[in-house]
Amino acid sequence: MASQIHWERNEDPVGIWEHRGKVALVGRGHSAQTDRRWDGVSMDKTLGAKVVEAARAAIEDAGLTPDDVDGVVSSGGGQAWHISLGSQWGPLRDFFDPPYDSEDGLTYVTAEWVRRQMGLQNATYVNSHGETLWNLMGLAAQVVGDGLSEVCLVTYPNGNIEGRYHQNPSLDAPGRNQWTYPYGWGLSLQGYIFEQYARKYGTNHDRMAPFVVQEHANGLLWPYSYYAQHEPGPFTEEDYLNGRWIAQNLSIFDCDRPVQAGAAYIVTTAERAKDMKQKPVYILDHTESAFNPRSLVQTLDDTEEWTDTQARRSYAGSGLRPEDIDVFAPYDGFAVFTQYFLEAFGWRGVKRGDAHDFYADDISLKGPNPLNSGGGNMGTGRMRTVFITDPMEQLQGRAGERQVAIKAETAVTIGVLPINAGALAFSTVPD
Amino acid sequence: MPRPIPIPDAISKPFWDACNEKRLIVQYCDICDYKQFPPEADCRECGWHLHLGWIETSGRGFINGYSVTYDSRIMAWHEEQPFNNAVISLEEDPKINFFSNLPGVPVNEVPVGSKVEVYFIPVSDDQMIPEWRVVDES
Repeated sequence: MASQIHWERNEDPVGIWEHRGKVALVGRGHSAQTDRRWDGVSMDKTLGAKVVEAARAAIEDAGLTPDDVDGVVSSGGGQAWHISLGSQWGPLRDFFDPPYDSEDGLTYVTAEWVRRQMGLQNATYVNSHGETLWNLMGLAAQVVGDGLSEVCLVTYPNGNIEGRYHQNPSLDAPGRNQWTYPYGWGLSLQGYIFEQYARKYGTNHDRMAPFVVQEHANGLLWPYSYYAQHEPGPFTEEDYLNGRWIAQNLSIFDCDRPVQAGAAYIVTTAERAKDMKQKPVYILDHTESAFNPRSLVQTLDDTEEWTDTQARRSYAGSGLRPEDIDVFAPYDGFAVFTQYFLEAFGWRGVKRGDAHDFYADDISLKGPNPLNSGGGNMGTGRMRTVFITDPMEQLQGRAGERQVAIKAETAVTIGVLPINAGALAFSTVPD
Repeated sequence: MPRPIPIPDAISKPFWDACNEKRLIVQYCDICDYKQFPPEADCRECGWHLHLGWIETSGRGFINGYSVTYDSRIMAWHEEQPFNNAVISLEEDPKINFFSNLPGVPVNEVPVGSKVEVYFIPVSDDQMIPEWRVVDES
């Protein structure tokens, strides 16, 4: 039950991953219905229920049975710094009968809970120390590469409950909030960094429109997208430009919509993958990064330095070059993140300050530069999992209507925040 | 409008006490010649606390950027929306930042790059916080 291993690849210089191509992604599963939020009552729609549904689907997708699973790796709450949905809202309630006798299974989902609830009797390796999706997948890849698990079920919960997101009624500002709350500083951070970006590179918020509109269009082609299920109409440039401001330069349509869903993946050895149902997607590398701002606030300079570092590590770890990447999926939880990651990785030759010109060119799904072909969070809701599922399906040639027209033999996906990121490189071949 | 009131802790108390004396101070490690704000238990350069003290700043800086908040997560601020959220760089070490709402500056007309100076406003009967005013529009 060893949970603590030194797994992060975050110390420079990062070399080629010792398990490059020896670990593979072979199954994915999603909860069938993506809900806006959990009502706090319906036991078939808890985050635990969503994750179990996704886990069963992933196991079946790989052509396995629950008895084949010998490891479970999870991110309790799906967030950075091990924050969970429950701890953010702090719901006060009477709990239900076991297994719902704590928040575990309701607003966060540990690996221990998944193993117990699904009766995964052969799962001898259990680890709930994953964080956001990329770090979680990196952890699972390392666990399998290190031989701690051969068939590893990776579960990722991401939920939403009643009430407005993160609203804080308090007039007391303790801890970190003592510096920010007296000035009303909250989402202002991303608006501030974008204002610096726009001033430095002579661009503006409206030039984000082609990107966000394209992501919505792509997302409508993913069956688990919140929008595909609940708001299937087109999202236009006019819609985007009429979005109300949240924290200028961010409008409501630059912020992802929280939803309630679960996802799961099967990570295994390249050797074992040969016998499984789906074409393996080989993992070439995982790398991570985490930073602290010099003072109160993350600046554009910090953002560019940190994403440059993450990109440098990713290329050093995978051995890929920018021109080698076919499918590229930089995170967009705030839509502005994508431009920072895109410019750092230099996909399609995009340099600092070029992202909005790139968006204005051709980023269509069937064109030469199908950025975020899965639709990202803007096109699917705040699940994040399309950033793993779409590159995986593109490389397997089973993305359906979303299948890109370009060659899809390698992929790089990166998220979640410039300040705390992980990157994964995938390939159709192990070397 | 009642603002959220900073709750000092053991590390930050000297800073907030200095604000009540209308002095703007930051931590300073005299081994590393390193200023840091917000305050921390140890110097971020050398990892020690033994040489970490406080130093008074010039109280001068410039606006390095801003946002305008229209929908804050902090409910006490809702009635003030929209409002300016500027970031100030300290003159003697521009990587040291402070926040400001720039009272009197019209929303979304923040003169980025302009010089500012600190002053102090009360947020309760016994706590002042730093604010900043434009002294030279550039």
